[in-house]
Amino acid sequence: MSKKEVTLRVGGAAGDGIASTGESFAKMCARSGLNVFAYNSYQSVIRGGFIWLQVHAGKKEMYSHGNDLDFLIALNQKELERNHKDVADNGGIIFNSDKIKTDKIEINEKVKLFPIPVKEIMSKFGRNPILQNTVTLGTLVRLIGIEYDALWNVITDYFGKKKKSALEVNLSVSRAGYEYAESNFEKMDFDLECDYNKHKHLITGNQSIALGAIAAGCQFYCAYPMTPASSILNWLDAKSAQTKMVVKQAEDEIAVLNMAIGAGFAGARSMVGTSGGGFSLMTEAVGLAAQTETPVVIINSMRGGPSTGLPTKTEQADLFQAIGASQGDFPKIVVAPSDVRDCFYTVIEAFNLAEKYQIPAIVLSDLLLSEHMETIEMLDFDNMKHYKEELAKSNGERFRRYKFTENGVSQRSIPGTEGTIFQATSDEHNDFGDIISDVFTDEEMRTRMQQKRMRKMGYLLKELPEPKLQGDSDAEITLVGWGSTSPIIKEAIDVMQNDDIKVNHLHLKYLVPFHSDVVNNILNNAKNVLDIETNYTGQLSRLISMETGFSIKNKLLKYDGEPIYAKHIINKIKEVI
Amino acid sequence: MGIKSLELSDYKTETIPTWCPGCGDFAVLKGMHSALTKLNIDPKDVVILSGIGCSSNITGFINSYGFHGLHGRSLPVASGIKLANPELKIIASGGDGDGYGIGLGHFIHSMRRNIDITYIVMNNQIYGLTTGQASPTSEKGMVTKSTNTGVLEIPVNPIALGLVSGATYVSRGFSGDASQLTSLIEQGIEHKGFSLIDVMSPCVTYNKINTYEWFRERVYRLEEENHNVINMEEAIRKSQEWDVKIPTGIFYKINRPTYEDEEPALKEGNLVSRDINTGKQIAKDIFTEFI
Repeated sequence: MSKKEVTLRVGGAAGDGIASTGESFAKMCARSGLNVFAYNSYQSVIRGGFIWLQVHAGKKEMYSHGNDLDFLIALNQKELERNHKDVADNGGIIFNSDKIKTDKIEINEKVKLFPIPVKEIMSKFGRNPILQNTVTLGTLVRLIGIEYDALWNVITDYFGKKKKSALEVNLSVSRAGYEYAESNFEKMDFDLECDYNKHKHLITGNQSIALGAIAAGCQFYCAYPMTPASSILNWLDAKSAQTKMVVKQAEDEIAVLNMAIGAGFAGARSMVGTSGGGFSLMTEAVGLAAQTETPVVIINSMRGGPSTGLPTKTEQADLFQAIGASQGDFPKIVVAPSDVRDCFYTVIEAFNLAEKYQIPAIVLSDLLLSEHMETIEMLDFDNMKHYKEELAKSNGERFRRYKFTENGVSQRSIPGTEGTIFQATSDEHNDFGDIISDVFTDEEMRTRMQQKRMRKMGYLLKELPEPKLQGDSDAEITLVGWGSTSPIIKEAIDVMQNDDIKVNHLHLKYLVPFHSDVVNNILNNAKNVLDIETNYTGQLSRLISMETGFSIKNKLLKYDGEPIYAKHIINKIKEVI
Repeated sequence: MGIKSLELSDYKTETIPTWCPGCGDFAVLKGMHSALTKLNIDPKDVVILSGIGCSSNITGFINSYGFHGLHGRSLPVASGIKLANPELKIIASGGDGDGYGIGLGHFIHSMRRNIDITYIVMNNQIYGLTTGQASPTSEKGMVTKSTNTGVLEIPVNPIALGLVSGATYVSRGFSGDASQLTSLIEQGIEHKGFSLIDVMSPCVTYNKINTYEWFRERVYRLEEENHNVINMEEAIRKSQEWDVKIPTGIFYKINRPTYEDEEPALKEGNLVSRDINTGKQIAKDIFTEFI
């Protein structure tokens, strides 16, 4: 039977042009009506190292960048040696036979080799070594039976904006690579069912976050560069001519969040983005936002910790950092989108809730979710609702900015407004905003003010959708996860569809405040529970235990920096049951 | 501004300052009240910011919008407000520990931006609120609660830092010279760009060295020497004078485009009066680029 999906890995050193090769392939597939999931594994180097980009494409929904490889494009000898074992039986390896030798490596006999004499093929077109990537793409396209025109279109788009000569030579060598395969290799048995008239949107998690911010009416974005959040800054800045958003790089993350709080205090919708290290610096200001009751959205795209940790690797180990950030008790929301599409909607929701409850909203992503590319269906731009609070107007009396209310939310005013002058204070204050911490501490006022702020949490919780068990309620095992693992868990469940073991899935999006009763009920009714996370201590399971008293004994925890794969989950399920 | 003529009482609040009798900060407060009244700026259009420390309580004593934030962070909050709404008058304030210690990074970067903020530092060369530890402007050798054998570092020179970091209005006031101080605050608020007013504001409780008398023996007004305020070299030379003679007044004052004026996204007016609903269509248009 022909294969309906394809997994390609392009491996090389930084500077070899892996991203452009892999992304061109991904884009080509997306424009051929296929679903795509692409992930880039890289290191914190500009040149050298071991980098790969893996693309998984096919007509059905893609939940991950794939398990075993159908194709490996090895751009150097070492990459071939490191990666050839990941190629599946009947898969293939495409390589430049001028530079790369296979005779000294024990390659699986069931793997087909596609040596390309790049020098000979390119002799007419110049000597730029990067061109070998385009040659191999031409070969691959022929092998898997995608029409050459699809590649032609993508290359034209990619190089069309650059030098004309670069476009011409890339088109020529891609054609040459295609023709070389035509005359020298047999087609592989793929039937991807491309639909060349159907073009899908291919977008990263960070782009989805940034797009969500634009759609939410974000007017101020501030950040300090930090992987894996930097692309939000870069992308929003590149779009600022169109969006008129003020996008600023500040001197450090302390300034970043304080600036955003300033912009929020003045009445602009504002957001910041960082990773765990930068979030550490923001910590004190998280409490400031809550205490001054200033809305702000904070994106923390997690990477491997602790400390500088694994700057370019994925991990979900900042959950307790987000929950515990800043001294004292204060209202906040911590939410983790579960896929690229969800990033968009979650950011809009975060803006609305931050504004409605005048609190900091922390959105937890991670490197995998932020940086991988995925095809998504059309987003709903027309039916989204923006919560915009009505600002206070003067009633002739002194303005009570922190007026005691039932749900703890007091109408705010912004500077420039007549008759509603007040002071926002980091110190504890009374309902006018006058500080009560210095001369004497007014215990009663302090108690009431703390209760007022914290009352928001109950109302907020009621507003958040309850977590739902996905799949067979009578399942043998319930998989529990949060954030970026959602599609991978879905993939595992999909693979196990015809298995005897029935599996369902509880994915937790809202982490603070927490739907304790609902989660407790679901878990107590489960036959077996498996917690799946990319961190060492099982942070979500600890949170669940804290909030519900339910202790999850089975855990699949991975903290090597690379994502969890469906096969890890399936193996673990079989071990548990 | 099109408002009635203001009186001092328009800018006063009922809150009683928490400062020790004789504290230099009273003169700064009075100077701010007078300058704002004289400039006839509507209090609703002013935001006063501060950090944490004795002097930072000043926001509570001035009737305008205020933001009394974290220790050392008044300038970033002030910058965020200014970028969101450049029509507001922004005055940041605080002490030497707040601005030149924990907040030193923001101090330098804010001056590089020449963002239109007036920054008033009540410099008493000691930590008052925490009852007498060394500050970044404490003299070398000064014995304090945290330096029983004397401070080892040389002090930060805020005037010199202001000059080399890009502030376009660099001045020093003295709480013992109220008329000059008020004038410096007034000119600082009027100046478009980053205005530094470093005020020698003696702490009568914890700094027994740099007292009113100590300053009176040394201070002189730059304007009485016909100091040329647009000459950077001259300003830097003057910024080095300290132990024997201490210059007060304006060291340097030039015009340079401000951060908010050069921000392309603000060319169409301030952020806060825009309709957030336009974002949906912009996002929808951009989404087509992902095909």
